[in-house]
Amino acid sequence: MNLDITIGQYCEGNSVLHRMDPRAKIVAAILYIVVIFLAKNLFGFVLLCASAALLIAVSGIPARIILKSMKPLMFIILFTAVINIFWMQGETLLVHFWIINIYAEGIFNALMIALRIILLLIGTSIFMTYTTTTIALTDGLEQLLAPFAKLKLPVHEFSMMMTIALRFIPTLVEETQKIMNAQKARGADFSTGSLMQRAKALVPILVPLFISAFRRADELATAMECRCYTGGEGRTRMNVLHARVSDFIVCLLVIALGAAVVLLNQLGGFSLSW
Amino acid sequence: MSAIIKIENLSFAYPAEEGQQPHKALDNVNLEIEEGSFVAILGHNGSGKSTLAKMLSLVLMPDSGSVWLDGKNMSAEDITEEDILQARREVGMVFQNPDNQIVATVVEEDVAFGPENLGLPSEEIRRRVDEALAMVGMTKYARHAPHKLSGGQKQRIAIAGIIAMRRRCIIFDESTAMLDPVGRKEVMATIERLNREEGITVLHITHYMSEAVRADRVVVMDQGSIIMDGTPKEVFSQPEKLWEVRLDVPQTTELLYHMKKNGLDVRLDIFDPDECAAEIASALASL
Amino acid sequence: MKMSQVELKNVSFVYGAGEPYEIRALDNINLTLGGPLMTGFMGHTGSGKSTLVQLLNGILKPTSGQVILDGKDIWEDPKKIREVRCKVGLVMQYPEYQLFDETVRADIAFGPKNMGMSREEIDRTVMEAARFAGLDESLLDKSPFDLSGGQKRRAALAGVIAMRPELLVLDEPAAGLDPGGRREILGRIRDYQRESGTSVVIVSHSMEDMALYCDRVIVMAHGQLKMDGSCAEVFSRYDELVELGLDVPQITYVAAALKAQGIDIGRDIYTVKYAASCVMEKMKKYNMSAGGEKK
Repeated sequence: MNLDITIGQYCEGNSVLHRMDPRAKIVAAILYIVVIFLAKNLFGFVLLCASAALLIAVSGIPARIILKSMKPLMFIILFTAVINIFWMQGETLLVHFWIINIYAEGIFNALMIALRIILLLIGTSIFMTYTTTTIALTDGLEQLLAPFAKLKLPVHEFSMMMTIALRFIPTLVEETQKIMNAQKARGADFSTGSLMQRAKALVPILVPLFISAFRRADELATAMECRCYTGGEGRTRMNVLHARVSDFIVCLLVIALGAAVVLLNQLGGFSLSW
Repeated sequence: MSAIIKIENLSFAYPAEEGQQPHKALDNVNLEIEEGSFVAILGHNGSGKSTLAKMLSLVLMPDSGSVWLDGKNMSAEDITEEDILQARREVGMVFQNPDNQIVATVVEEDVAFGPENLGLPSEEIRRRVDEALAMVGMTKYARHAPHKLSGGQKQRIAIAGIIAMRRRCIIFDESTAMLDPVGRKEVMATIERLNREEGITVLHITHYMSEAVRADRVVVMDQGSIIMDGTPKEVFSQPEKLWEVRLDVPQTTELLYHMKKNGLDVRLDIFDPDECAAEIASALASL
Repeated sequence: MKMSQVELKNVSFVYGAGEPYEIRALDNINLTLGGPLMTGFMGHTGSGKSTLVQLLNGILKPTSGQVILDGKDIWEDPKKIREVRCKVGLVMQYPEYQLFDETVRADIAFGPKNMGMSREEIDRTVMEAARFAGLDESLLDKSPFDLSGGQKRRAALAGVIAMRPELLVLDEPAAGLDPGGRREILGRIRDYQRESGTSVVIVSHSMEDMALYCDRVIVMAHGQLKMDGSCAEVFSRYDELVELGLDVPQITYVAAALKAQGIDIGRDIYTVKYAASCVMEKMKKYNMSAGGEKK
């Protein structure tokens, strides 16, 4: 078993996107998602693909890395696509076999939906995870959500939890690997046997992992207290976020893209059902 | 000079398990730490030294007796959260496991965590973070992810996090126990520099005698009590007493001890190999 | 007990092979381990010693080269790798973090159970392993999480000894323990080796420990073997050890300083007791010559 996590990995760089205010990036990402869902026909998707290519080019992140991060999700993409091929009813019947009917609209729908998922992944990962450190991301999120804190929602606590979770993911992944190796050295077998046996084989990994996680949590809490942490109140930040003109421009560009997509929808052609 | 830490008649017992006597972790301990000094607390696992550290960091409260930090009795009845917070601004802690005290995913953000909690203005935090990283020699790693650093480097980040809060006293709770020799050297060099150059009071809890030798004063604990207290020379010239409590002495002292037992007239309080050789040579020559 | 031999033939190991950040941890290692000996691996962090021990029992697979156990490449049939892991016992760093079962007894029995030993055999081997590890019988029915740090370490050690490995490999068995705890666990490992007559390999940063407990010492640096020999042979080359960034026992420096003072007690000084006896020899000679002059 290999625990390789490529999604959500920050890629060092100094592009326009890297330097953007994280708040603007979150807003831009949300806008981009909306735009993706606005696209209904081929023209819209062509434009979106072009915009995604532009985003990748501007970010300076090798396309290879982005493709690699999509591999684990390939199954989900294919699954949704295939479901659409069989489910969708249309006018142009292509294949009729027993109870299976495949329509041209179904194939178009499947392709567009697969494309939509891929675009969603590219958009969110380029705007957020690849070009923004996790800490900047949680910072941005905290400040964007700040108005909700007035409604007594635990905004700061939530973002602190995010930061700590992100900080400890690599540590716990490494620890899991170590414990697995230790149990393997004691003859444990994780890869053969019935489902029940395999589930049972996880106990010698999960118990030490949980105990260690609790111990870590306890020690971390003490360490944070000793560093005068008392929650969000009275806390200042080293890096204060400043929105610049370029941040607004990027957001406006995404809105313009949305307008263009809506216009292109008017051209008609094959239209996506959802 | 005044005492930055004072412990008076401190006793503490962990709650007993069923059918057992409560385990007395600290038994009437008295200790004063002078401002600016470098004190090593030596003791085997379970000697009470970590419980003492927890008392000093105000994580545990004593059963009886009192802990004074910077002239304030932290065990008094009327002590408030506010007072404890204030005391924590004076005394910093570095713990054993380097992984479990780093909060952020970027080195400089982690160093900034403490000053941010103090509510300092951003420019001041930036200045202190840069200064603290330079002091521990980690400026180059400011933008790195902490989990990719070595154990020694992680501990230096933890130290920087405390320096950035301008603490006058740092307690190291077995901070070198999980490190390799290189990491231990890095951390020890940093500790010594902070003490000598910045005048920061250091309380170093350890079971490595090679580290204790470098302190101004060594306090040896066993079964919850202080059994020895003096300069490294005074303490380490009594090897039998240290062996009895499962500790070690420097190899130079051990060699001289064997020589002395065999009738050679030598001093025991020598930790430098060259001085040790000279002592043996002169003793042999005088035969 | 049957004696196994592990041979490494042109073994290299690369982390993240093919990636831009690949790290060559081991570089063409040739080595044979076995025989009723305590063998010590020394080297600083990143020298490849921890990688090497994980190759010995098939936790890692070499990038190139062969690991041969009793004449057979262990990766010839990857399905049988579990058998290899039972023959070559590996105790990883901080092994107390692998304890999981409800009682110490059940935890120690985990390995033997995986090997398919019979019930009586498991009972016997658990008791035997607990004795080797110095765990009192009264501790066996406690939860492993109620033990002290040193006891937990020894319970984890017993969990591997109970598998009756023909070769026992330990990565930093004394890490983080106080001097008393170090002496206890290393002494137990040494006694186990002497009594069982098997081969034991320990990895350690501490030269002092190597000097006291090992028969054969192997020094590694930058993924290569640098020295291989008895303690006396290796420690007499202390200047090279220092160059490799290793901590030579203080006593070795004292011996060198004594030589500079005109008292030559030899270059192969690595334990205090031996140094003391050498100086005593010198002292007797002094006494005699001094006595002779007086006549």
